[in-house]
Amino acid sequence: MSLVSEVLTGGIRGGTSINYAALGESVSERGGVINLGTEGSMLCGALAAYAVAAESGNLWLGVAAGAVAGGLLSLVHAYFVLSRGANQLATGLVVLFLGLGLTSMFGVDYVQALAPTFKPIDLPILGSIPLIGPIMFDQDALVYVSYVLVPVLWWVIYRSRWGVLLRAAGERSEVLTANGIGVLRIQYIAVVVGGMMAGVGGAHLSIAYTKAWFENMVQGRGFVAVAVVMFAARQPFKVAAGAYLFGSALALSPALQSRGYGINQFALDAVPYVVTLLALILLGRRRANETPEGLSKVFDAPTVA
Amino acid sequence: MKIRRLGMLAAAVALIAAACSSNTTDNESAASDEPAATTTPGATAGTGAAAPAGDAPGVGAAKVGFIFVGPKDDFGYNQAAFAGSEAVAAAHPDIEVITAENVPEDDNATRVMQKMVDDGAKIIFATSYGHLDPALKIAADNPDVVVVQQGNVITGTIPPNAGTYFGTVYEPVYLAGMAAGSVTESNKLGFIYAFPIPQTIANINAFELGAQSVNPDAETYVVNTSNWCDPAKQAEAASSLIAQGVDVLTQHQDCTATITKAAEEAGVMVIGYHADASALAPEGWVTGSEWDWAALYNDIVDTALAGEFTGSKYNANFRVGYKDGANPFVQSAYGPMVTDETQQEIADELELISSTGSPFAGPVTAQDGTLLFEDGEVPVYDEIESRNSAFVEGVIGEIPQG
Repeated sequence: MSLVSEVLTGGIRGGTSINYAALGESVSERGGVINLGTEGSMLCGALAAYAVAAESGNLWLGVAAGAVAGGLLSLVHAYFVLSRGANQLATGLVVLFLGLGLTSMFGVDYVQALAPTFKPIDLPILGSIPLIGPIMFDQDALVYVSYVLVPVLWWVIYRSRWGVLLRAAGERSEVLTANGIGVLRIQYIAVVVGGMMAGVGGAHLSIAYTKAWFENMVQGRGFVAVAVVMFAARQPFKVAAGAYLFGSALALSPALQSRGYGINQFALDAVPYVVTLLALILLGRRRANETPEGLSKVFDAPTVA
Repeated sequence: MKIRRLGMLAAAVALIAAACSSNTTDNESAASDEPAATTTPGATAGTGAAAPAGDAPGVGAAKVGFIFVGPKDDFGYNQAAFAGSEAVAAAHPDIEVITAENVPEDDNATRVMQKMVDDGAKIIFATSYGHLDPALKIAADNPDVVVVQQGNVITGTIPPNAGTYFGTVYEPVYLAGMAAGSVTESNKLGFIYAFPIPQTIANINAFELGAQSVNPDAETYVVNTSNWCDPAKQAEAASSLIAQGVDVLTQHQDCTATITKAAEEAGVMVIGYHADASALAPEGWVTGSEWDWAALYNDIVDTALAGEFTGSKYNANFRVGYKDGANPFVQSAYGPMVTDETQQEIADELELISSTGSPFAGPVTAQDGTLLFEDGEVPVYDEIESRNSAFVEGVIGEIPQG
């Protein structure tokens, strides 16, 4: 396998958990709520998926459990931010630590448990496409689901009635209120759906990618997802591209090392973060105008509709 | 304007948090663990007061403290150390063993250990490599407390109440390398490590030298993860190595399940580290090395209790190996692919290492052709780690320079 295709394959494999979380965070931010607790939702999703898959032997039940766990944790965030008017950023961090603590506590029994895991499936026709076949279509089922999720989410955000309501909730909530539509309900749904998707991202990490549950195993990928969302301006296709870019940056180091290349390991480890920072610097200015106005609420007196 | 400021602020928070996540989170869990778990409820501080007077450090300890860098059930390093602390509790029913998990390798460790001392602990085991500096600080501040550190090396003068200890990990790793060299078909072995510390470099070299001793064509490909436990990085490292044709994987990581399962799933063989993980790889398990700390921990505790710590072998950079007959790092069980013949060869080598041999018996040549160990030389334990300053010939990869 060539270096490029190996890095890209690894980029998709490793970027998928970030992709799910970032797509979820896009939905949440479209609705006007930043959720820094994404990392916590991923942890809850990773543990719940691994635990349920281990107990039931059913992978998809595991994924469902991951989604529910991620959604439940984000519900805590939604309650404090939306119903209690708490600071979004601070609440998000608190929710992260809540997730970390809960999963550390309840995860003890599952560190040594054996769970079934998703295996790569070589898709018949698609897999034989030159170049992109082996990169994109020799992955696990959750990766394929994410391929479908991206355009679906794009359609929902930009073309569906629910998408209009969602964006209005984030941009001009007073318009919704004037039309007698409950902003709060839409924002709750947005945050919880976002958390559920982060939970599925965590599930991919535990029952597909690493095949293990381990305390704090997300290791900052939830924060990377939040950063990806910002430089991708909450647009699903760009979010996916950003997640794969980060995944590829992570895959670069082992791919080079396993070929015996002499490289500065520590500089290479910084690549994913430098890439993200550069993207934020380069794109941040331009993207700022597109930021949902609701995200600025943290600096205003909470005005809950 | 407000919006942009917010965006940048949030982005900055997100990135800083991402880059420092392990620290932040470790702090958090360390803090939550701080009311240290009690393994054996037992004697109270009164015992300490009643103990023989004298200023020898550690004498009359009523409590012994252990700190671990990770959780106590990681299928690896910390689990083995925790099991050792339980053995101390079992062997000393009148001593209270206090433990703290997830103690980061920074000032938090100082704080947690000082708390243990304040609570009456007079013997402290700091069980992670990076706990050394905090441990030395505690030793300097509390001359009546024995502080021993697992795996690192004190350079310069060793305080009268401190020391480091470890098994000679590279000995069973050398034997495991022999097994790897005999079962590989591609002659490519993979080694996933965390950081290029001397102990790890010695391990990688021993693994390759062991493999070469039975299979001159065997090469070891190395990948590091810059983290003692990041399962996603481990998964990526494993798949990169497997893509290069590696058919036996081994590792020096704190948590070991991901790499073991990745190997099993890809149909390649695996050699364990820290713990027997053969249950995770019924097809591909070759052998491995695992910890059994009970005897060593108990002997350190007994030495300190008797007031004999200062000047003892533990008041040094103590390394115990097969030559002393009590290496706490032992061989794991063999998998079905290791032939009786190979097992016999390994048993013979074990006997040799236990008497007059060494995994690093010269000549040992570094990648650049220089001699690490002279022809005919059998290095002593004290020197082995520090003299493994480069990868040996046959290791594919470079030591990352900071």
